[in-house]
Amino acid sequence: MNPFDIPIQALLGQLLIGLVNGSFYAMLSLGLAVIFGLLGIVNFAHGALYMMGAFGAWILMDRFGLNYWYALLLVPLMIGALGVVIERIFLKRLYKLDPLYGLLLTFGLALIAEGIFRDQYGVSGQSYNVPDALQGATDLGFMVLPNYRAWVVLASLSTCLGTWFVIERTRLGATLRAATENPQMVQAFGINVPVMVMLTYGAGAALAALAGVLAAPVIQVTPLMGSNIIIVVFAVVVIGGMGSILGSVLTGLALGLIEGLTRVIYPEASNIVVFVIMAIVLVLRPAGLFGKEH
Amino acid sequence: MKLKALSVHIRVALTAALPLAFCIGTAQAQVSGTSVKIGFITDMSGLYADLDGPGGAEAIRMAIADFGGTVLGKKIELISADHQNKPDVAASVAREWIDQQGVDMVIGGTNSGAGIAMAKVAGEKKRPYFNIGAGSTRLTNEDCTPYTVHYAYDTAALANVTGSAVVKGGGKSWYFLTADYAFGQSLEQDTAAVVKASGGTVVGTVKHPLSASDFSSFMLQAQASKAQVLGLANAGGDLINSVKAAREFGVTKTMKLAGLLVFITDVHSLGLQATQGMQLTDGWYWDSSPETRAWSKRFFEKMKKMPSMAQAADYSVTLTYLNAVKAAGTDDADKVMTQLKKAKINDVFAKNGYIRQDGRMIHEMYLLEVKKPEESKYPWDYYKVVAKVPGEQAFQSLEKSTCPFIKK
Repeated sequence: MNPFDIPIQALLGQLLIGLVNGSFYAMLSLGLAVIFGLLGIVNFAHGALYMMGAFGAWILMDRFGLNYWYALLLVPLMIGALGVVIERIFLKRLYKLDPLYGLLLTFGLALIAEGIFRDQYGVSGQSYNVPDALQGATDLGFMVLPNYRAWVVLASLSTCLGTWFVIERTRLGATLRAATENPQMVQAFGINVPVMVMLTYGAGAALAALAGVLAAPVIQVTPLMGSNIIIVVFAVVVIGGMGSILGSVLTGLALGLIEGLTRVIYPEASNIVVFVIMAIVLVLRPAGLFGKEH
Repeated sequence: MKLKALSVHIRVALTAALPLAFCIGTAQAQVSGTSVKIGFITDMSGLYADLDGPGGAEAIRMAIADFGGTVLGKKIELISADHQNKPDVAASVAREWIDQQGVDMVIGGTNSGAGIAMAKVAGEKKRPYFNIGAGSTRLTNEDCTPYTVHYAYDTAALANVTGSAVVKGGGKSWYFLTADYAFGQSLEQDTAAVVKASGGTVVGTVKHPLSASDFSSFMLQAQASKAQVLGLANAGGDLINSVKAAREFGVTKTMKLAGLLVFITDVHSLGLQATQGMQLTDGWYWDSSPETRAWSKRFFEKMKKMPSMAQAADYSVTLTYLNAVKAAGTDDADKVMTQLKKAKINDVFAKNGYIRQDGRMIHEMYLLEVKKPEESKYPWDYYKVVAKVPGEQAFQSLEKSTCPFIKK
């Protein structure tokens, strides 16, 4: 389709949809960026944590009758605790090694988690309904926006902003950043660096789980949902610049928009456009759009 | 030194070849190798794994057990593999199994891309190849081989039955949402042809990548088309997410959904609330006769879910092949194929089914409608049978087949 033939209303609709998808990318890549920036771990288990977040919401509803709002609070806490356990048992042994080991380990963990859920629940997955308060849709004139999607944008943008604020603008965040630059020095000031690192990984895992809970009502909850999205999210992080928090959020949103436009202009390319951009960015700015050259 | 090694080679070759030469002359009932080996290659872990996958392998094991575990005095063995929806993986596994493991027959599961790739290998190696899960009509048209049997359904039958029923019900203008690979394209083309032939129109189409992560953008485009019917030319996980997005964006209020390939596992996973009223075509339904119910109950005890058309076809294909081997008195591919093309198929899957010259298995198809939640009386009670369509009407006629080896 010729881009100039698209009615402006359709274009606005697609941009809004792109923004919704972009908020998922932003939230997931934010967690990845935090973990990479502060721990130096390329966390391939991020997709699995996101998937477990969605399943967590479904299990709470199905087994315990706890609704969406409880899930929004409880699931990130549970998956965050799981993240802490993973960090204690596995990751802390790898900090001195090449980042490749962390990548392989987390990738293996992701495959195991996916396999367990596939065995238990099958690949067709489970349906999770939109909570009653967010049912329905609002007619914006150019498109009908389901209320739930509007909520997703709101929730994820405020989460991203909150995380950025904590890391870049608070004392805790300053200590965290210092600990990654020079752990011995920060330790010497009487700060327990290993515990801080552990909690950081837990927080990253909780962010992925929160994205999973937000996604549960929108797409079918399946064991494959993590691996379907994780590669794109990695591309987002690479484009934004590994470890750059603001960069990954902005890139996530921007790529959501670009992907949305591609779905109108040339839908067949919609699943590769992100990677084409990644290739171009890597050639022109190897450190990513917002990354610092070392 | 070299000469000595060479003479050893020749001696080994001779001693190996001698008994073989005797065998060919004397044996009546002959089976290659020590067993009859069935190889099953399907999507075991991806978006199609629930509708065939491990359940399909279980159905084949049930068939082997029901047949008695042996044929012509030789053990029947099953090996299975995951092609991960990659045609190259499917083809290389099939090639390795036939060349090195002595597989006598290959059952290809879901995914048309993989299904066509395996058909080419089996045709080249001259091994019977049954496909139960792929939809593309290419298997019995331009990509047909004398060794391929396309067993359960194809996109032409889905298009003929669902397409004409929906147009007759008033759905004149169509918009397609199509999975962008062999199967989706085949399904869209076939359905579009039926829609036009029945007096309908196609106003547009949008292609999405396999395992797309989000369908909302495609829903907006479908809505903007103002068509009456949204034809979903996709399957498995993609179909499920399309139906979910269609409901969320209110597409179902203005358009009628026509699921062109809906498996019962998809309806189970989406729930009746989301799928009620949808018309679809299936080659088999577990709750259609006492015989199907009895078999499905056995399957349910093992897998904790009711069988899909693909899984029932896995069972039937295995029995059909073993019966042909028994009747032919050999597992020789050409003799078995001749036997297969004369046989009538009567089992839990098909009544008076037969395999046509081009490899198409002809049997009755069902036009079904998903029940409303309040109409469903027991678990897995999902469909009303709207019409039973004879195989000759449902499938593409032999005259239209472009299969090169068919004499017309």
